[in-house]
Amino acid sequence: MRVIEHPILDELKDQKKVTLYYNGEPVEAVEGEPVAAALMNAGIRVFRTTAKRHEPRGIFCAIGRCTDCMMIVDGIPNTRTCVTPVRDGMRVEKQEGLAPLKPQA
Amino acid sequence: MREIITDVAIVGAGSAGLSAAYQAASAGADVLVIDENARPGGQLFKQIHKFFGSKEHQAGTRGFVIGEQLLDKVEKSGAKVLLDSLVYGLLPDKSMGVISKGQNYSVKAKKIIIASGAKENYMAFPGSTLPGVMGAGAAQTMINVNRVLPGERILMVGSGNVGLIVSYQLMQAGAEVVGIVEGAPKIGGYGVHAGKIRRAGVPIYVGHTVERVFGKEEVEGAQIVAVDDKWNKIPGTEKTFDVDTVCLAVGLNPMTELVWMAGCQFDFIPSFGGHVPLHDENMETTVEGVYVAGDVTGVEEASSAMEEGNMAGVAAAEALGYLEHEEAERRKQEIRGRLNTLRSGMFGAGRRSAKEKQLEDMKSYLAAHKRTAAEQKEEVFFA
Repeated sequence: MRVIEHPILDELKDQKKVTLYYNGEPVEAVEGEPVAAALMNAGIRVFRTTAKRHEPRGIFCAIGRCTDCMMIVDGIPNTRTCVTPVRDGMRVEKQEGLAPLKPQA
Repeated sequence: MREIITDVAIVGAGSAGLSAAYQAASAGADVLVIDENARPGGQLFKQIHKFFGSKEHQAGTRGFVIGEQLLDKVEKSGAKVLLDSLVYGLLPDKSMGVISKGQNYSVKAKKIIIASGAKENYMAFPGSTLPGVMGAGAAQTMINVNRVLPGERILMVGSGNVGLIVSYQLMQAGAEVVGIVEGAPKIGGYGVHAGKIRRAGVPIYVGHTVERVFGKEEVEGAQIVAVDDKWNKIPGTEKTFDVDTVCLAVGLNPMTELVWMAGCQFDFIPSFGGHVPLHDENMETTVEGVYVAGDVTGVEEASSAMEEGNMAGVAAAEALGYLEHEEAERRKQEIRGRLNTLRSGMFGAGRRSAKEKQLEDMKSYLAAHKRTAAEQKEEVFFA
């Protein structure tokens, strides 16, 4: 949920809206915001599962340290979504365990 | 590999790093600040509350405004800030491995200032890994920088200043905070923050800890339990909350990886967050030419981080010959005075004695050993 009105910060406006695709489904996002923030705004909180016990993980530190929020972004696994800015048309997939590295073109 | 040569390289564009950059660059040094984030300012821009302290510390000014002023000063000083760039290693010859937008660089500097900050502590309990359990600082980033609410009903763990301030800011952003849990028998943070929280109707459960967090795929509820004076849980005192988010405000620890790599000596000071590098009054470590500033030297707060950054910046500029000794000493004297003011009073005195211990241990170390010249470490490093 977006924080639009705020008693201290300016009202949120004039943001450039773009679309990212989460597991193929369109999600509205703000250009340049972290992928993790866009997903959180859309109510998506499970970003990946662990390799051994397949437990769900989501955002923990939000500053690129803990790696709990890693997902497959534009085909690249283990991408820290809390420090990866959104671009229009970005493809974001939930990561199951240690996703295989795909050969880069 | 491309090479960048500079007088002073600073790791981290937060409160400490930017202050150091401003001081060294305005004295005439060639300064490069490197930060892995897309925007400079570190954690200043999520601080929307008014800062404490005296007028020199911009008391009454909100953190993000201080951040904007600092950025403006740095820009005018001529320091360069390299963003989206990660310092992944520090070699014994003081060259730094940096990856910037897919390119690998070797940065060679005469002086290095490490201002890498701190990260949030974790706390283990059943359910603590569920999505919806997150750092209080993470929640603060989400609401104040990204303008996204992490949840609607929140339980805060920890009643230090971070727990109190972030609880209040979560409410300002539109969330409901159902309570604050504190293991100790009394509230950890300032009375003025706790008062605001209580007036807003949020209960603070002192002498309680988290028993478990419920949920299958994400947080669906939380249970707390009272503890006795030996921290044993008291059966029958459990309370259950219908929450979707649990925030942990249980301290921070310094991000010292690069300082260890540089071969610096450390102290262990629990109140500073664990292992912290030894440094002298100039913020120089046991390795010549490697300085530290801010939370990486021991977790305090943004105002003291800025002053430590000022100190490191002045000292580095002096060592490079950009400041006369007398002028440098005059500036350091002022900075020391302001640091002592920050480290005084009911909450600051403990930090002051911890810092004094750290400085004393540095003196003892230097009395017994010579400061290492960075180059001499090479053999050991590659052995």
